Amino acid sequence: MSEQTTFTDADRNDGVEPDMVDQNAAPASEATGAGVVSMNMIQALNSAIDVKMAEDANVLSFGEDAGYFGGVFRVTDKLQQKHGLTRSFDAPISECGIVAAAIGMGAYGLRPVVEIQFADYIYPAYDQIVSEAAKMRYRSGGQFTSPITVRSPYGGGIFGGQTHSQSPESLFTHIAGLKVVIPSNPYDAKGLLTAAIEDDDPVVFFEPKRLYNGPFDGWHEKPVSPWKAQDLAQVPTGKYVEPIGKARVMREGNDVTILAYGTMVWVALAGAEHAGVDAEVIDLRSLVPLDIEAIEASVKKTGRCVIVHEAPKTSGFGGELSALVQERCFYSLEAPIARVTGWDTPYPHAFEWEYFPGPQRVADALKSVMTGGR
Amino acid sequence: MNDKMNKKNSQPLSLRVPEPSGRPGDTPDFSHLQMDPAGVVERPEVGSTPYQMRDLAFRLIRVLDDEGAAVGPWNPRLDPETMRRGLKAMILTRAFDDRMHRAHRQGKTSFYMKCTGEEAIAVAQGMILSREDMGFPTYRQQGLLIARGYPLVAMMNQIYSNAEDPIKGRQLPIMYSAKDYGFFTISGNLGTQVPQAVGWAMASAYKGDDKIAISWIGDGATAEGDFHNALTFASVYRAPVILNVVNNQWAISSFQGIAGGLETTFASKAIGYGLPALRVDGNDFLAVWAATQWAEERARSNQGATVIELFTYRGAPHSTSDDPSRYRPGDEHEKWPLGDPIERLRQHLTVIGEWDDERHAAALKDAVEKVRAAGKESEAIGTLGQSRPSVKTMFEEVYATEDWRLIEQRREVGV
Repeated sequence: MSEQTTFTDADRNDGVEPDMVDQNAAPASEATGAGVVSMNMIQALNSAIDVKMAEDANVLSFGEDAGYFGGVFRVTDKLQQKHGLTRSFDAPISECGIVAAAIGMGAYGLRPVVEIQFADYIYPAYDQIVSEAAKMRYRSGGQFTSPITVRSPYGGGIFGGQTHSQSPESLFTHIAGLKVVIPSNPYDAKGLLTAAIEDDDPVVFFEPKRLYNGPFDGWHEKPVSPWKAQDLAQVPTGKYVEPIGKARVMREGNDVTILAYGTMVWVALAGAEHAGVDAEVIDLRSLVPLDIEAIEASVKKTGRCVIVHEAPKTSGFGGELSALVQERCFYSLEAPIARVTGWDTPYPHAFEWEYFPGPQRVADALKSVMTGGR
Repeated sequence: MNDKMNKKNSQPLSLRVPEPSGRPGDTPDFSHLQMDPAGVVERPEVGSTPYQMRDLAFRLIRVLDDEGAAVGPWNPRLDPETMRRGLKAMILTRAFDDRMHRAHRQGKTSFYMKCTGEEAIAVAQGMILSREDMGFPTYRQQGLLIARGYPLVAMMNQIYSNAEDPIKGRQLPIMYSAKDYGFFTISGNLGTQVPQAVGWAMASAYKGDDKIAISWIGDGATAEGDFHNALTFASVYRAPVILNVVNNQWAISSFQGIAGGLETTFASKAIGYGLPALRVDGNDFLAVWAATQWAEERARSNQGATVIELFTYRGAPHSTSDDPSRYRPGDEHEKWPLGDPIERLRQHLTVIGEWDDERHAAALKDAVEKVRAAGKESEAIGTLGQSRPSVKTMFEEVYATEDWRLIEQRREVGV
């Protein structure tokens, strides 16, 4: 290893926004050894890549600032120091080039995990993800595959303005051949990222950066407890896999089903508490493939459905969920399906909390579906 | 100060839009081409720095002179048998193109693209590199498959989207995919595969393997960002890859000046990225061979990528959907100063006593017969619409395993 890989604590927080650094965070996991430790989502994601890299020489990780520095959010922290310069390295500021190189590597037989620094920067790579990675298996009659993982921090709530806050998931859920995964907690983040790396298809893995350091319930003016206070922050240091395509029931309830993913899972939980409604909160965890059985079972039980996502309403994934629920659960529905989403505007800097769906809006929607029955 | 700020520019500006040297009805004019005579361009050591050899980006490497002699430092000194194999593969490629073009006119397929005039490129390069290496071709490298003996019937089955189509009726005709022959699945989106080739080559280097990658892009598509991303990655990570730019003068109806070819050569684009550049007569089988071998040696000795501009002319229409008489002089191809690759290699072999008219006629006849036999076999399976793979396959291989949506939708179709 070259002397370039020397790494000091002074480097660690350089360039990271102060509110993104959890001073109480547990130490990152080790690739080997058993046990369960408290991790925030950054550490859990780091552990997933770390463990996979230790296990499989075909796994490598790269992206802008992702090597020596370990990523601006530190998700790839120390991977270069641990696994070497050729396994975790910096890439040119060329999202298209990063994904294209990953596709070539995937076709060779490697399992590259690439980072797009912010989901807002994924658009230059869109053609490569959509036209190339997604179609590789199909168009070659199964001769070539694209087992790549494209990781990207996404979503708002960190005052990132319009180029550091977007939620572009529905642009990818529309594309045949792609899987789209979005965790909401450290435990799932590690298990699902491990599954994504092992998946034989291309996976777009969106990481809710508002949740990197702690859960967030949308009450931006109130304190939120840190990850370590949550059961789902108890993360095994060794390898485990959470299957892609299975939803998680975060809160059981009988009167209304809330479908959410990413940061909005926590907003949905807070909204249900605030409304005092017996709501069942389902964390979808992956949008493609979608756990349609879990959705169907819950809505048939509760008879009502509220969908929550950060992305703008028009053509958002909520529209697809709404259509599926209507197609499959129409005769069980007691009220029209409600959607709580971001607005159809670019993401505004100064109006973050008006834009970002919060618990109050979720509570309002819950009350409306509870009283708007037929 | 105020006076200066208020002053208008002295002359109105005007926008330049480049135009080719000839349009329909004009006499073809190639006087602007930068061309060296055969044999005069130096051959640098494979380990030369891009800086030392940057003049080569503006010269033209040629081996075969007008009399059919192989001359100069780039002469690869091929044995006659290898040259005969190359000549026969080029003849077969042209015969294949002719039959499939006719098949389109007869309504047997929806689309076809010939590589007329460019046969030397894919054939020579396909012969040099191993099947273990990976080619990232465009739709005009069918010669690579043919030179490597890929079954003509399988190519035709793909073109006809029939029941035996190796890629199950999913792709436009001519978008072959043949992993075992070092032929990557073709994308219709131009330029996308060049950075993938770099990634593939990076993977080989990362694994400590000995395979290299080779890619092709047309002059027009060098304007795509992918091309420039590829050069950056190839340079930064010293990827073992050969990056070909096939300058065939025309991107459908846009002449190469629209892609930036009037301002500089396409080979010279490599210079800004710190990559070595070779500019080669693409109609000269021996020059293509020699330049590719140079680049291959560089890649295999871990010295990284080479950009090769292959200077040629697209003799046929862009595709069966194109009519070049609408945008270029009708006889421009016949006037192309670098001639025809088949005729030039034929002349050379004849001059050195390794070929004659009789053998040439026999090779033509043999090629036509091979293509006819394959055609009969493929058409017996079916042409477009006569037979096709099971509709069930439409829903397969979208993912490694079908998800519930695809299962439900497949049932909706009733398969």
